[in-house]
Amino acid sequence: MIPEIGHFALILALSLAVCQGVLPLVGAHRDDKALMSVARSTSFGQLFFVMISFGCLIWVFINDDFSVLYVASNSQLSLPTPYKISAVWSAHEGSLLMWILILAIWTAAVAKFNPGIPQKLISRVIGVLGLLSVGFLLFILLTSNPFERLIPAALDGADLNPLLQDPGLVIHPPILYIGYVGFSVAFAFAIAAMISGELDQNWARWTRPWTTLAWLFLTIGIALGSWWAYYELGWGGWWFWDPVENASFMPWLIGTALIHSLAVTERRGLFKSWTLLLAITAFSLSLLGTFLVRSGIIVSVHAFATDPTRGFFILAFLAIVVIGALLLYAWRAPALDSNVGFSPLSRETFLLLNNVLLVIATTLVLFGTLAPLIVEILNGGKISIGAPWFEIAFLIPMIPLVLLLGLGMHTAWRKQSSGPWIRLLRLPAIAAVVIGVALPLMFYERVNLLLIIGCGSAAWIVISSLIQPVRSWSQKKGTAGITRSALGMSIAHLGMGLFVIGVTITSAFGIESDRAMRIGESLEVAGLQFEFRELREVQGPNYKAIEGVLEIRDGGEFIGIVRPQKRQYLVQKNWMTEAGIHPTWNKDLFVALGDEIGDDTWSVRIQYKPMIRFIWIGAFIMAVGGLVTLTDRRYRKVVI
Amino acid sequence: MKPRHQRMLAVGLAIAGITIAAGLTLKAFDENMMFFIDISDVVAGNYPQERNFRIGGLVVENSIEREEGSLDMRFRVTDMQCELNVTYNGVLPDLFREGQGVVAHGAIVAGEVFVADKILAKHDENYMAPEVAASLAKHADEKLTPLQKDGVECNSG
Amino acid sequence: MNRYLIPLFVMIAMISFLLLGLGDGRDPSKLPSQYIGKPAPDFNLPMLTDLSRTLSTSTLKGQVSLVNIWATWCVGCRVEHGFLMELANSETIPIYAINWRDNRSDALNFLGQLGNPYIASGFDRDGRVGIDWGVYGAPETFLINNKGIVVYRFTGPLNRIFWEQEFVPRIAEIEN
Repeated sequence: MIPEIGHFALILALSLAVCQGVLPLVGAHRDDKALMSVARSTSFGQLFFVMISFGCLIWVFINDDFSVLYVASNSQLSLPTPYKISAVWSAHEGSLLMWILILAIWTAAVAKFNPGIPQKLISRVIGVLGLLSVGFLLFILLTSNPFERLIPAALDGADLNPLLQDPGLVIHPPILYIGYVGFSVAFAFAIAAMISGELDQNWARWTRPWTTLAWLFLTIGIALGSWWAYYELGWGGWWFWDPVENASFMPWLIGTALIHSLAVTERRGLFKSWTLLLAITAFSLSLLGTFLVRSGIIVSVHAFATDPTRGFFILAFLAIVVIGALLLYAWRAPALDSNVGFSPLSRETFLLLNNVLLVIATTLVLFGTLAPLIVEILNGGKISIGAPWFEIAFLIPMIPLVLLLGLGMHTAWRKQSSGPWIRLLRLPAIAAVVIGVALPLMFYERVNLLLIIGCGSAAWIVISSLIQPVRSWSQKKGTAGITRSALGMSIAHLGMGLFVIGVTITSAFGIESDRAMRIGESLEVAGLQFEFRELREVQGPNYKAIEGVLEIRDGGEFIGIVRPQKRQYLVQKNWMTEAGIHPTWNKDLFVALGDEIGDDTWSVRIQYKPMIRFIWIGAFIMAVGGLVTLTDRRYRKVVI
Repeated sequence: MKPRHQRMLAVGLAIAGITIAAGLTLKAFDENMMFFIDISDVVAGNYPQERNFRIGGLVVENSIEREEGSLDMRFRVTDMQCELNVTYNGVLPDLFREGQGVVAHGAIVAGEVFVADKILAKHDENYMAPEVAASLAKHADEKLTPLQKDGVECNSG
Repeated sequence: MNRYLIPLFVMIAMISFLLLGLGDGRDPSKLPSQYIGKPAPDFNLPMLTDLSRTLSTSTLKGQVSLVNIWATWCVGCRVEHGFLMELANSETIPIYAINWRDNRSDALNFLGQLGNPYIASGFDRDGRVGIDWGVYGAPETFLINNKGIVVYRFTGPLNRIFWEQEFVPRIAEIEN
């Protein structure tokens, strides 16, 4: 009964979404206030029914209703309850329902918090979001019903993939989706502006906070995913350039470009058509990512169970959304661009370069992701592109980007006179170069060109981001001397600097060593002694495990104990590696247990990962920066 | 310098930079592009010389051998038609098992053994890399003719 | 050319490309039917219900039959089980099975609780025969003619629609 209620609620949500997608748009066109006011109520109604449906799915999972196919495929009796809940979004059908729920939440939020925005604009925005929702609801109802029955019911489920039985995976997908789906709001604002043919600086001010909010969730979501891959896959890498990772990274890159271009549109009324194009692209890449992950078109270790019908559906949806949006763009955008000039040395120039470099980086990632497909279609050969290519290709636009970033922050709008600019930045630039050489030499006793570039540019960004806040602080103005917008920007860029340090040091000085180790034996990696103290059996709620106990010492000094495990989950019977990690602020010591390769001898992977935490801390600080800009006075007036 | 010269210099530098960047990107692309080669083709000698490529197939039952207490190991991989000897030194992914699908990155050393530098894990039991599935499907046909066990002189006819 | 049209063309090009990629021939779930027209691969397995008896290729000769690959851990097998029961009860065609990479007591429980549609199940614990048959995942169903030749191979859970569409015409053809 409950599954049928959930299914029926989705059908009701679809009918409301149709109203929401049609009536407000018609209302805005005819200037009919009554029709426009439907936007608000239908978006709340849709959210209500989608929540009921989502609640039903959670309910069937918690109550182990194995007469529902999706539950039988992804859950199991002895699965701990929190994982029964997260199993809801562990596979295609449920995660799609979560996508729809998040879209409904964003829509209701836009409908609720929009003071000052003209009713016509907001009705169009909600109308467009309604149309998107129609597409996704049709998708789930026609191809991916999570409530499909399994008759006769299974006695027990097939269990949640053990890799997904992890706290990181409970929160990673929802946060990632909030970011992903959030770009639909910027997209809807762009479409609404193009329908009306009006786009002013107010439009940018209204669009900006929504875009920043989506961006900051996507930032945290990607960072969480990277962190999960690091400790859960047992490989110790933090980014693999896997197609599925790239699928979430491309919208992030374009979203980042969009945030910067919106700043220009808001402040100076420039880059209007470019901003629209970025808003369309960011959301299109979110859809493309969904397509890549769920159609099975690209080989990935993360991909969902594949089904070409679903692939065709998403592709058709993608085509309608993107081609429709770009036709509208080709029609409306030419009239929007203004000819306000700016000097070559101005913030506008730097933001333009930022956008160009980010778009190049995105194009390269897209190319690398699709290259295997392109080659296969052209000549039938099956290739894969190794991660080293992505690293080199991505680094090329990133180096100028980080260098320009430090300059751009201290450049005035319209025109910057070069004298004071050089005086301000001369010292930080020298300091950055000195740090770039000294930091690796002092702490890691080695230096090369890439290290100087990496550490130097990280130092450059950090110092440059600190100038404004520190100055405001030292003039005893506290946070009053700096707008929240500027403070948020400084924080986000500071996070970027920390991220660059983390990436540089980890890739240059990380050590990875596969060894054979006897119980009782001690060996040395990265100047530290790892002693294999004992091996014991551990019983978990739905798994049994073999746990190694290793003591780490630095000469005589005790550092810590790590307990890597090999788990065998009782239902699926797969073995799973749980790494043992000893984290400190400046390094991680990482031990993964392999197989028993001889009498009391095991293969182990020992890794030394200096500064790796800075990668996720940096990303988190970037997101905090985004959050701070949201509290800027000019949005507070508008948003709250 | 006149503004015009400045602009020309800037454009020149930009073009030079983009050319170098594009060159580097393409070179790296060529170096990191790995072909997937069917086992039968590898055994027949049709594989890229002096560079890494990928192979995939099923790990032959009872073929895993390792030296006691050492990370060195060898096993055979089959595409249902031919078998190939593979050696590897390192920690294996969790789902590596006899009779299961496997994908390995590496190169042929000394003309007959595939030295793997990376063995790929699957995330789930029911999943097989599509390229492996396709390769198996293609070659399973030939399996109806007897298979030669030494794994090198496999009759591909 | 209007430069505002460029993004549209780029996107159309990419989408058509992806459409090509999605097209037939690249779909890994559609496996080439390498056994069609060939004799069913030889096997000789102990029967699941009675390990002292065996099920082998010779059992299949002289009749049109189905060979179903199943396991208790496979959700798709539970899905198709109801239909297989229906098919067995209608006595349309004898159904043989290979119980693939499974635990014997789990398999016996499964059949005990949900019913046994099979005349006999071979017990392929280590999956060796599965490999010979080129099984990629359960469930799969093979249609074998009276000469022991594989006529058709179906992957995924079987249901009445697929049965009517794919199997019924082929069986009719054999019988003519």
